Amino acid sequence: MEATKRLNVKKQTLDDAYAAPANFLEIDVINPITHGIGNKRYTDYEVRLRTNLPVFRIKESSVRRRYSDFEWLRGELERGVIVVPPLPSKAWKRQLPFRQDEGIFDEDFIEDRRKGLEIFVNKIAGHPLAQNEKCLHMFLQDPVIDKNYVPGKMRNVQ
Amino acid sequence: MNFFGFGPSAEVEIVLDGQESRKTAEIKTEDGKKERHALYYDGETVAGKVNIQLKKPGSRLDHYGIKVELIGQVELYYDRGNHHDFLNLVKELARPGDLFQHTSYNFEFVNVEKPYESYTGSNVKLRYFLRVTIVRRLSDIVKERDLIVHTLSAYPEMNSSIKMEVGIEDCLHIEFEYNKSKYHLKDVIVGKIYFLLVRIKIKHMEIAIIKRETTGTGPNTFNENETIAKYEIMDGAPVRGESIPIRVFLAGYDLTPTMKDINKKFSVRYYLNLVLVDEEDRRYFKQQEIVLWRKGEKTRKPFQASLQQQYKQMQNPNVQFTSSDSSLKSAAAVGAGKDHTNHKTSARSPLEDSSSSEQPTPDKEFRSVINSADVNSPVTSPLSEEGPPVPPPPTDQTPPPHANEKNDSNADDVETADNGPTMNNSSPSPDQKVVDVDENQEPKTVTDQGVEVEDVETPPPPTNSTPTPPTATAAGTKSSKKSNKNRNKSKSSPVPVAEAAD
Repeated sequence: MEATKRLNVKKQTLDDAYAAPANFLEIDVINPITHGIGNKRYTDYEVRLRTNLPVFRIKESSVRRRYSDFEWLRGELERGVIVVPPLPSKAWKRQLPFRQDEGIFDEDFIEDRRKGLEIFVNKIAGHPLAQNEKCLHMFLQDPVIDKNYVPGKMRNVQ
Repeated sequence: MNFFGFGPSAEVEIVLDGQESRKTAEIKTEDGKKERHALYYDGETVAGKVNIQLKKPGSRLDHYGIKVELIGQVELYYDRGNHHDFLNLVKELARPGDLFQHTSYNFEFVNVEKPYESYTGSNVKLRYFLRVTIVRRLSDIVKERDLIVHTLSAYPEMNSSIKMEVGIEDCLHIEFEYNKSKYHLKDVIVGKIYFLLVRIKIKHMEIAIIKRETTGTGPNTFNENETIAKYEIMDGAPVRGESIPIRVFLAGYDLTPTMKDINKKFSVRYYLNLVLVDEEDRRYFKQQEIVLWRKGEKTRKPFQASLQQQYKQMQNPNVQFTSSDSSLKSAAAVGAGKDHTNHKTSARSPLEDSSSSEQPTPDKEFRSVINSADVNSPVTSPLSEEGPPVPPPPTDQTPPPHANEKNDSNADDVETADNGPTMNNSSPSPDQKVVDVDENQEPKTVTDQGVEVEDVETPPPPTNSTPTPPTATAAGTKSSKKSNKNRNKSKSSPVPVAEAAD
């Protein structure tokens, strides 16, 4: 009869069992605010990050980003090997004149877009390869995105 | 009467010696159905008789010769015309002449080497068969009968465990262990996964058995992967220090032994595929080859059949037996055994007697064999159907000792290095992305065995139901106990473990 009993296991310490998880990463896209008036309006969102991953330099950060910033991030990541998830749509139709509703400043539309952006950024930030890209860290944690940055990988942050 | 082209004028039947008592085995056909044929092992004699029945008794069958062949061949499906015969034995049964009545010929291929196991795969087939050909002017009459050959192995002397630390730098480190590297077809894979570092959000973990059939050589190599079994071994998010047990009962699956470079034409190899899936449905996997082998079974029944076989060997195969000794007569090959040119008539049709002839009363047979001076002692006969003469394994086998040292990158023991595929960073398959991050120049603390990551664009439909085999055990049900932002999925209570009958 074959022995089917389990292999010897190393017992887990209580510290390990009840410690905070090593994979804690929460990113919220919240507080949409539309700035400006008339034709010069734009909406941006707060991107708030909380984590204990060593790869992120700041463990709690908050920046404001608009849709075009998300597009920029997606473009940067696409140049690499990762399969980048899609963004919520560009909504060209909503930018045409003569609409009944507020177009791209419509409350419901902004809420849908907010949700889509939140899903997008969480998918990306959890990807082991994407976590090493400078553009992602700049997007999530630098107050201002420097579009003239030098693309590349992060040095090992511990 | 022999009408040109109007059907065969004779029916050919191939009867194998001892076929009632011989073990049979099943094999898949190309279209997936199962067929059962007589089972032979390497070194066994293949003997029997060919019964030719004329459609119209009293008519005449002209022929240019009758022969029987024992053929072993490899057939590649993409190259059907070219069979490669690695075994081709011929016995001439009759020189050119005429048949006037139902006739029976004995044949015997002694101690035939059958180096490979019968196999039907997705792109290649290896089969053994007997073929009787009645050569005629316009069209030959051909009859084939398949045999199945199994190759048996003995317990491997060295069978170390597979133990490896793998991962993605700074994201995921695991140590996996399987209790052996070589498993027989009814064996149990016992293992564990130990988590050293978990910085990704794991949703569940599953293990799969993959069969890879490789056909062709060089640039024309074609690999076909088939998932034989897959099931979930962990649900939820593990943390550092946790061990997840693995237990896979191989008997429930349709497996063949590992075949390496058979006749330089094809290989069949098996891999264990360990897959972790994260919250975004990214898959992290590690494949590890295992060697499967076929263990000989111990049964009593074939002993009688092997004795019969030996006894028949003593007889002159092609002479009609007319002995008056009742015990011997029943065992003999009957019928009008042909001398090459005689047209002998016999009162008895071979077909009538075949049923009675193959089943002599066992006691009488046994006694007569033992008393005979010519026969070797059955115990030492090389024709034992238990396969090659191998000392039977002890029944209370203790599990092989585990390799206690960690299998670090430089210290791979020979076994695993031999069996493991080269999962190096330099050669990812087209649809996989190797995640090892080499860019940081710091010395690696993990082995350079990478974990491969597969991105999934759209999440697959939420199926937690992977096909559960009859003896599956969903070990280690876990629910996420830490507060991660994303949803927790906890499964139902553990499935009871089915007993493995042995």
